[in-house]
Amino acid sequence: MDFLLSFQLSAPEIILAVAGLVLLMVAAFAGNKSAQTVTYLAIASLVAAGAVVVELFTNDALSQGADAWSGLYRMDAFGNFTKLLIYLATIGCLIVTPKFFDAKGEYRPEYPVLMIFGAVGMGIMVSAVDLMTLYIGLELSSLSSYVLASYSRSDERSAEAGLKYFVLGALASGILLYGMSLVYGFTGSTSYLGIRAALADGMGTGALFGVVFVLAGLAFKIAAVPFHMWTPDVYEGAPTPVTAFFATAPKVAAIAITMRIALDPFGAQSDAWQQIIIFAALASIVVGALGAIGQENIKRLLAYSSINNVGFILVGLAAATEAGAAAMLVYLAIYVAMSLGSFVAVLMLRDKDGNQVENISDIAGLSRSHGLLALCLAIMMLSLAGIPPLFGFWGKFVVFQAAVQADMIILAALGIAASVIGAFYYLKIVKIMYFDDPADVVEAKGETSRWVVLLVTTIFVSPLGYLLTPWLGDLAARAASAMFFVI
Amino acid sequence: MIQTLAFYLFALLVIASGVFTITARNPVHSVLWLIMAFFNAAGLMVLVGAEFIAMLLVIVYVGAVAVLFLFVVMMLNIDFAEMRAGFIKNFPLGIAIALVLLAELVLGIGAYKAGALELGVADGSAAPMIGESNITSLGTLLYSKYIFLFEAAGIILLVAMIGAIVLTLEKSAADVRGQQDIGKQNRRRPEDATEMQNPEVGKGVEL
Repeated sequence: MDFLLSFQLSAPEIILAVAGLVLLMVAAFAGNKSAQTVTYLAIASLVAAGAVVVELFTNDALSQGADAWSGLYRMDAFGNFTKLLIYLATIGCLIVTPKFFDAKGEYRPEYPVLMIFGAVGMGIMVSAVDLMTLYIGLELSSLSSYVLASYSRSDERSAEAGLKYFVLGALASGILLYGMSLVYGFTGSTSYLGIRAALADGMGTGALFGVVFVLAGLAFKIAAVPFHMWTPDVYEGAPTPVTAFFATAPKVAAIAITMRIALDPFGAQSDAWQQIIIFAALASIVVGALGAIGQENIKRLLAYSSINNVGFILVGLAAATEAGAAAMLVYLAIYVAMSLGSFVAVLMLRDKDGNQVENISDIAGLSRSHGLLALCLAIMMLSLAGIPPLFGFWGKFVVFQAAVQADMIILAALGIAASVIGAFYYLKIVKIMYFDDPADVVEAKGETSRWVVLLVTTIFVSPLGYLLTPWLGDLAARAASAMFFVI
Repeated sequence: MIQTLAFYLFALLVIASGVFTITARNPVHSVLWLIMAFFNAAGLMVLVGAEFIAMLLVIVYVGAVAVLFLFVVMMLNIDFAEMRAGFIKNFPLGIAIALVLLAELVLGIGAYKAGALELGVADGSAAPMIGESNITSLGTLLYSKYIFLFEAAGIILLVAMIGAIVLTLEKSAADVRGQQDIGKQNRRRPEDATEMQNPEVGKGVEL
């Protein structure tokens, strides 16, 4: 094994891990007053890691990707694309966080450190080409998430969210490990290459069970129906900036590994898992749309919206084609912007005592008191609903196009029909904000940093985002082809 | 012959202890059965020639983890009546899951027999080459082929530690970050910290 090359290929993770350790030392010796500095340094190290990813992405000598660490880790366009999304989402969440905890005097420098280690874990996950690497990356990111979910110790709901997330996450990890052990037992290898070779000409019942258990474990991590029950509770209970993080970066990483594991090691046996993915996709779309209708709390509503969106993303996976994978990546990029923007907007809704406003009825008539904020939130909602001039429509369009090209017209038709149900509750929020009598609860004092994140994401999902489609489509196509390169 | 005999003895005892672990009504008994299962698993490891892993099982699992479990179980105040009520409530679901797992086992064994895999015989095949100890070969693998995973696992443990401290450290203690102030300790005199009292007979000390 060439250590130097391995270091070079996994440089983003190594930079972030070292930065995490250094910042932990700063936090330990400088105390709580260093929280703000540590946050800025964490953002800087994420930018540095992102720059290295861009360098690896654009390096022509490495355009086909390369294996590192004796075949446990693979640097390729797919990993680079998803890592960029993960880092951007993490940076966005870090920028909007400090003010939230400052109000309660709870902001401590361990928060950005945990975010950094979470990003390391997610980077390892998306670059994994071995079940062991995958599991270690997954545990690293999950463990950071569990701690972040219960970060507001004084808040009972936050503690509940953390505990729920931890217990159910541990159960899902157990199911995933069980599936991995079955796959290993029946194929004789933990590396994706070995599994693919072993499954190339047929799959026995044992390996099939392994595949089913692995997918069930992953479905839990991406919150796809029928493993979605934890999502609303955790999203509601966790502090809002942490919820914004859960809905973006770990979601991207989990969907990315689901894609890679389905298309790479199990790619030769796509008949075996396609029906599972089709069911999960349709069920997620329907349950996400129906579940959101009765919600009073905007964070719970956004949780159901994320379940709904995962369903649309899985439609692309059900196609099991390169176009489908590229469509999923485009959707993911747009979804991260929509989701981050909605949560930042929710974060800015405060009453006059500085408490977070989470009830949907309290934002009635927001357009009259806070026009710009209401406009941004409305654009996010309409985009999540997939209303045409906005960028959210493009994501749904490419995903369904891929499904139709793969002769899954019924799936596409059902998905489009169900998306109409989803449009109902997104439109309801817009209606409450624009046409209901003002409740005059919200007293938003926007901080510049939050406005920057909100406006950048709003512009990205606005019709101006279409200017990026050729570029985004090209990147996604390159990333998707990296997974089909091995065939 | 003796190896086969020993294998079946250990294997049988592992399974029996596992069954008793989950059927024992008293949680303390469960943990003790679990320790028994660990010991026998260690015996199986010795049979395949992985004596280092066998020792690890005994030291780490029996020595540390199981004793920790025992402490936790003894400190918990378990209400058996409530536990049984929950058991009855969730009985149908439990049966359904048990059936799924049973089907899984039957299919798994069937697939096992049909496939190319064969049940292993305890023949010491995992023993390392002559002149090399188990620890050496494990260490070589961990620090060469699997170095990336080894280090990443280290970071996982670090995150677990940070998490435990972040979530449990009290606010007043968090302000000083647990750092020692030696000057303050040296300045402290016995009379600041202690007080002589001479209570009357039959009366306690007022604190």
